[in-house]
Amino acid sequence: MGNNIRVLTDKCVGCKMCESECPFGAISVLERLEYNRRFELAVIDLNKCSYCGSCIRICKFDAIELRKYEVQSEIDKSLYRGVWVYAEQRHGKVSNIVYELLNKGHILAEELGTFLSAVLIGSGIKSKAQELIERGANKVYVCDDPIFVEFQDDPYASILTELIERERPEIILMGATNIGRSFAARVAARIHTGLTADCTSLEVDTVTKNLQQTRPAFDGNIMATILTSKHRPQMATVRYKVFKEARAEVGRNGEIIEYKVDTRTLLNRTKFLSFVKNIPNIVNLSDANIVVSVGRGLGKPEGLKLIKELTECLGGAIGASRAAVDSGWISDMHQIGQTGKTVAPKVYIACGISGQIQHIVGMSSSDIIIAINKDVTCPMMQIASYAINGDLYEIIPNIIKEIKLSEST
Amino acid sequence: MNIIVCIKQVPSVTNVQIDPKTGRLKRDGVESVINPFDEYAIEEGVRIREKVGGKVIVITMGPPQAESALREALSRGADEAFLISDRTFGGADTLATSYTLSSAIKFIGNYDIIICGKQASDGNTAQVGPGVAEMLNIPHVAYVRKIELLSDKSIRVERIMEDGYDLIESPFPTLLTVVKEINNPRIPSLRSKMFSKKAFIRILDAATIGVDAKKIGLNGSPTQVMKIFTPPQRNCGEKFSGDAKDIAVALVRRLSELGIV
Repeated sequence: MGNNIRVLTDKCVGCKMCESECPFGAISVLERLEYNRRFELAVIDLNKCSYCGSCIRICKFDAIELRKYEVQSEIDKSLYRGVWVYAEQRHGKVSNIVYELLNKGHILAEELGTFLSAVLIGSGIKSKAQELIERGANKVYVCDDPIFVEFQDDPYASILTELIERERPEIILMGATNIGRSFAARVAARIHTGLTADCTSLEVDTVTKNLQQTRPAFDGNIMATILTSKHRPQMATVRYKVFKEARAEVGRNGEIIEYKVDTRTLLNRTKFLSFVKNIPNIVNLSDANIVVSVGRGLGKPEGLKLIKELTECLGGAIGASRAAVDSGWISDMHQIGQTGKTVAPKVYIACGISGQIQHIVGMSSSDIIIAINKDVTCPMMQIASYAINGDLYEIIPNIIKEIKLSEST
Repeated sequence: MNIIVCIKQVPSVTNVQIDPKTGRLKRDGVESVINPFDEYAIEEGVRIREKVGGKVIVITMGPPQAESALREALSRGADEAFLISDRTFGGADTLATSYTLSSAIKFIGNYDIIICGKQASDGNTAQVGPGVAEMLNIPHVAYVRKIELLSDKSIRVERIMEDGYDLIESPFPTLLTVVKEINNPRIPSLRSKMFSKKAFIRILDAATIGVDAKKIGLNGSPTQVMKIFTPPQRNCGEKFSGDAKDIAVALVRRLSELGIV
């Protein structure tokens, strides 16, 4: 039992291919005098190795040997059927990401030859079920009870677990929102299955019925495709804006199943006190199609007025680099990057942001990047789809003027 | 009040360059640091102790090198540290990690609050905190930006949501994952650095905490990495320079072609 990986010292030539390929930085090529070879040899640090096999595929000399311990599946996977989407709602409004998930869920369900169901948990939300059907769900499970009026992890995790154990879906998709990321892990731990966070692509293998879940790893510099091949259901949270919203087909038929909840036995240890809607005109950065972001290049707090004007005229949200936040020009709610938010809008406009790696990791999966900077050599200008060399105080007013002009004609 | 803070050692990305050929982080000589989000967790634990007494125990699961992260946590005010380390823990996904951490916490015992950073900066899953709470069968609240002690039995927290914040009360023991808005971590003093250098750090291995071998490490992980690949590299597209008005005209034309304006 156990996994085993080793370098075959008679075959390794110290070419360093594996060293640069290893995503975990587990391989170093070092002098190994004890083997009496004229060159350095690869050494694998087992504390860092995750036995992913990347090094084996890249090695031209078959010098690495991997023996993987195969975990036997303890469950009968054929008992698990159907694709589920968790229909997240907050304060009675179904989150947009649910429609994105229904779109993808529908495709996956068709490929697997099965049904798409939505799970709606809340209080006084029955009326939302029909729209989920119109957006592609064949079935909607509704858990409607005053106990679910506000999101709390205990009751939500308990009812979802109960439903999963009863109905046994093979796939469950949830939004990578604050709610989804808070209780999905609880559910996965309770039913002992795999959960893959923040997926940006989902495909099914129609033979094995495995869901191939792709997500950015190591700050988005590498993509990893993850399987939950021995357990069911396969759970994944999905980022905003990865899939398009499912279109509504008015009058589409489906089944609405009201799931009776016995609230006396439902776990509920925390107490919800109140909700405070704060931050006037709060912008949901993660949900925005267009993000206009400011950095050190703004130079002064007054410059924010110009940025706001551009943002309003494009209908987007304002982001910021850490430098802009630390200068006190804008609140840290807007910070994008390693210690801030991760965004992937259609258009990201970086105004006076040089592009430190900590910032880049938070926005590099944007569709189109527009950089406005005085320094053509800075990293942001190197990765931008449109790199504009110039002073943002001259460029932006002109852009605003042009947009208004184009909209009036 | 007994507080356990869970931390992770991650590669630092400060001043790290991206290899232009492979598009990957250059890892040579990359130093390891405490996950930035965990610094707020440590600080919050220390602040609670300073207010009401008790102790802050910091734990991490990782290779022997992770000891340096624990020493740094001690220099930031934690009282005790445990390194959860064993060859067999390697390759763990979030479920196996949650199981191992929760087993170690059961072994340490006697806690009121467990604090974690909201997520680790390398994996970014945010799954281990809630997973640990589930396996310990205690409540949790994620994305906490403010903690208020109500009594020696319960706590009131503010949880950040996309549209504002929620006020939630939780009984002890409880687990909280915290966001950076919660505090400003202190700079370690020289004295605390000296203390942290000499402090004894106990290593907890698989046998000590008594884990089920089927639930740890790579073999105890329901998720497996099928393949790893480099995303298509971003190259600089079109360059604009010169007169501001001309640039604006050209750019807005592009954007309208793409249906953005």
